[in-house]
Amino acid sequence: MSQDVFIIGADMLKFGRFPDRTVPDLGAEAALLALRDAGLGIGDIDAFYCGNLVEAMEMVGQRILHHIGQTGIPVVNVANACATGATALREGLMAIKSGMHDVVLCVGVEKLPRGLMGGGAQPSPQLEGLFGSTSMPSVFAQVGQEYARNHGATFEQFAKVSVKNHHHSTMNPKAMYRIETPLEMVMQAEMISWPNTKLMCSVNVDGAAAAVLASEKTTRRLGLMGQAVRIRGSALASDPWSPRNQTMPDFNTVTRLAAARAYEMAGLGPDDIDLVELHDCFATAELVHYENLSLCGEGEAGRMIDEGEAALGGRIPVNVSGGLLSKGHPLSATGIANVYEVVTHLRGQAGARQVEGARIGLTHVVGAGHAGAAAGVHILEKA
Amino acid sequence: MTAVQDPRTPKAAVSHICLSRLDDPYIEGHRCGGCGEVFLEVHARCARCFGDDLTPARLGDTGRLYNFTIVHRSFPGVVTPFVSAIVDMDGGGVVRGTLKGAGVDPAALAFDMPVRLVFGDSGQKDEQGAPYIAYHFVPSQGPTS
Repeated sequence: MSQDVFIIGADMLKFGRFPDRTVPDLGAEAALLALRDAGLGIGDIDAFYCGNLVEAMEMVGQRILHHIGQTGIPVVNVANACATGATALREGLMAIKSGMHDVVLCVGVEKLPRGLMGGGAQPSPQLEGLFGSTSMPSVFAQVGQEYARNHGATFEQFAKVSVKNHHHSTMNPKAMYRIETPLEMVMQAEMISWPNTKLMCSVNVDGAAAAVLASEKTTRRLGLMGQAVRIRGSALASDPWSPRNQTMPDFNTVTRLAAARAYEMAGLGPDDIDLVELHDCFATAELVHYENLSLCGEGEAGRMIDEGEAALGGRIPVNVSGGLLSKGHPLSATGIANVYEVVTHLRGQAGARQVEGARIGLTHVVGAGHAGAAAGVHILEKA
Repeated sequence: MTAVQDPRTPKAAVSHICLSRLDDPYIEGHRCGGCGEVFLEVHARCARCFGDDLTPARLGDTGRLYNFTIVHRSFPGVVTPFVSAIVDMDGGGVVRGTLKGAGVDPAALAFDMPVRLVFGDSGQKDEQGAPYIAYHFVPSQGPTS
């Protein structure tokens, strides 16, 4: 029986725009912050899992070690679209569970070009517009439209997600934006891809987040059980076949698959969860994931947002960090930044946005390209 | 000696458009003999049932609007607004395309409305001046089956 794995250090940079800094420089700063949180140095680390997308061919993990210490440890550079951070964390978890390593470092770091995601270099002919759209705003608009088709959710209900998450971010000093966005402001903002307005699209930012993981034996030896967070569940899924998913990415089936695996591994259910950080890359996406993560029954997501159940103080607070919509979404950093957020609550250190008495939290990310999808779910418990 | 093909002969804008007869273009998919699923890409095995009995299949020209979004902001150089549609084709297959002729007001678009494919010159050419042939959807009169 493999032993439990604990998060003994975690931190993130305040998300923002850093035109004068490099990817390794940002990743190194996050790594040092997480190491300091654990009271460790790079010399204590057995292996390093580094998530990055934009420089995925450029040995970002090794270059981070150039900044903080070239110890010769194994480095694995990870790319899995917006599920990259969760994938790097899970690789670290598995390395410890396997017994190969005792203490590992996991980093997610990204510097993003400005503008809409999903374009890339377009060869001739230009397909966007000619054959509909594959931009990320369009793809996730359709996620909401499919939900509206099935359950009748309204533009206003989707917009309320953005109002909530922007409100939450006013209490998070590490969020990119910390402004209130009233419902009329969200609904009257520039329409990007119906029904998502500009304020219903995640913020395109730079950022980095890091976590130090250790075996139970090492966590006890270091005397860190007081601040440690146990990883109860960890699951990754690729998109199984589902109707239409080769034409329209299906984030529902892949999330449900990962969530079921994570709940099973944890031996827990949705009623046990005190807070959730889920992948609100667009406001339309948050509502569908309430159901995909079993936070409510089928068709109840609209009611859940209407009645404030997902707000701080509600039945199951979702994205109290401000989420991707307002904290920001530096792709590879997101899946570790959401773990940092939950760890902060489980330690009781989240300040004004603290979910009172939080003992168990869930993190979720999805990733997609033009085709293909990934979902990562982690369930964390105060040790 | 065979004639050299005119470099300006129309080309398919995407690989699943079949132009073997220029006056009768169609979408060529691949149907699984095991489970009946239709794919637009050429695959080694069926993604659904993993079977290897995949054969080319001509998709129909009509279908129903499963999903859509109205794109107001896109990448630089792309003309907006336009409707991006996901269509369940009658007889199998799912196709993404631009829906023209239905306006860009969400209130005027209905899930499951009948649509049909229209093939034509995309207005874009390759380096040799060959026009790219593409397709889009238009609202269809009357029921589809």
